[in-house]
Amino acid sequence: MNGAHDLGGMQGLGPINPEPETAEPVFHADWERKVFSLTLATALLGRWNIDMGRYSRERQHPVTYLSNTYYENWLAGTETLLKESGLVTAEELAAGKPLTPPTAPDTIRVPGPEQALNAVKAGGPADLDVPVEPRFAVGDAVRVRNFHPQGHTRAPRYTRGRVGVVQRLHGVHIYPDTHTPEVTEGHPLYSVRFEGDELWGPDGDARSAVYADLWEPYLEPA
Amino acid sequence: MPHDGPDHDHDHRDHTEPPSDVALRVKSLESLLIEKGLVDPATLDALVDRYEHHVGPQNGKKVVARAWTDPDYRQWLQDDANAAIGDFGFKGRQGEHMVCVENGPKAHNLVVCTLCSCYPWTVLGLPPVWYKSAPYRSRAVADPRGVLAEFGTVLDPDVEIRVWDSTSEMRYLVIPERPAGTEGWTAEQLERLVTRNSMIGVEKAKAPADLAKDAAE
Repeated sequence: MNGAHDLGGMQGLGPINPEPETAEPVFHADWERKVFSLTLATALLGRWNIDMGRYSRERQHPVTYLSNTYYENWLAGTETLLKESGLVTAEELAAGKPLTPPTAPDTIRVPGPEQALNAVKAGGPADLDVPVEPRFAVGDAVRVRNFHPQGHTRAPRYTRGRVGVVQRLHGVHIYPDTHTPEVTEGHPLYSVRFEGDELWGPDGDARSAVYADLWEPYLEPA
Repeated sequence: MPHDGPDHDHDHRDHTEPPSDVALRVKSLESLLIEKGLVDPATLDALVDRYEHHVGPQNGKKVVARAWTDPDYRQWLQDDANAAIGDFGFKGRQGEHMVCVENGPKAHNLVVCTLCSCYPWTVLGLPPVWYKSAPYRSRAVADPRGVLAEFGTVLDPDVEIRVWDSTSEMRYLVIPERPAGTEGWTAEQLERLVTRNSMIGVEKAKAPADLAKDAAE
């Protein structure tokens, strides 16, 4: 969706003001530790995937998304997914305590510390071993389609309608746009290079280029 | 703390005492999920401990220093970064599909995630606040030279900047240029010159003289 998260090329957001590397803690407040770990731990329940997780944050009102700190956006997304998956109700979130009997232990597997650490150490590869013939080859010029889906997509707005050159084929990866616990679709994923002046015209830096990873359905021959 | 929004200069509400609204909301969510049996408190502690203390840029520094001292390893990183990085045991979530990009005299690489905050956790840990911030995400692709200048990194005008927008599950690690004056240094010595920021590409690796300055401070 064309949400506030799709930030590439937006102007007027001010300086970066980085904290010095040696002075910056991993977390800046204890509640951030909790949001981080609650988000990971609830994701391990398997009711949603990383793409749905991202979409839960992206579809906040743009003003809210941009006003929130990073972990406030994670918190909002996690609350949304917990409600939509039926694991908690809005009333329970407001009350901070269960209002219905706890979920029966045999319907959901809650990972203990060892299982959770094993899961994050193993990761969740996104490539699929399926025989799909890629439509494009390295060196092909491609144009990103002009499309504006309401759902989650990984085609940044600043690339749409722009022409780039395929640099590399990463193989077939899970297509984030349609990914749910029930649906796993695979499409070839390409690294596409866009010249700075193709993306930004005379306001761009002709001695710079952007590489984006784009799935085949986003692309058409140029 | 810096804020993921337009007015981060003056926002310190994450540190407010007594607990801020957001801290209370998080506490309430945590209690609810524990009472419902949906999370195990020991799991929360284990996850925080891993990413606060055991996974971080110290991993990436080992990869870079080995690349600087071992030409075969450097080639392996180009041919199969997953296997080469996995040789150290650095594997897992947000590092399943790694690509290493090398800085050189003609090209400088910079990593961003304009849509979110994708970052190679297995080698760099969790991203700094600025990497997740709207100012960085918006400008890295459109004005990379200006962004680098904000980090004090000024490149020769004819050095090409390659910006890697992490739009998929591929994760990018920059191998900075090995600093001059480090001939004969061991990998362990070289690790001290590798910074997190140099592996994102916003800065160069430290020079040997910087270590003396660090020691004096």
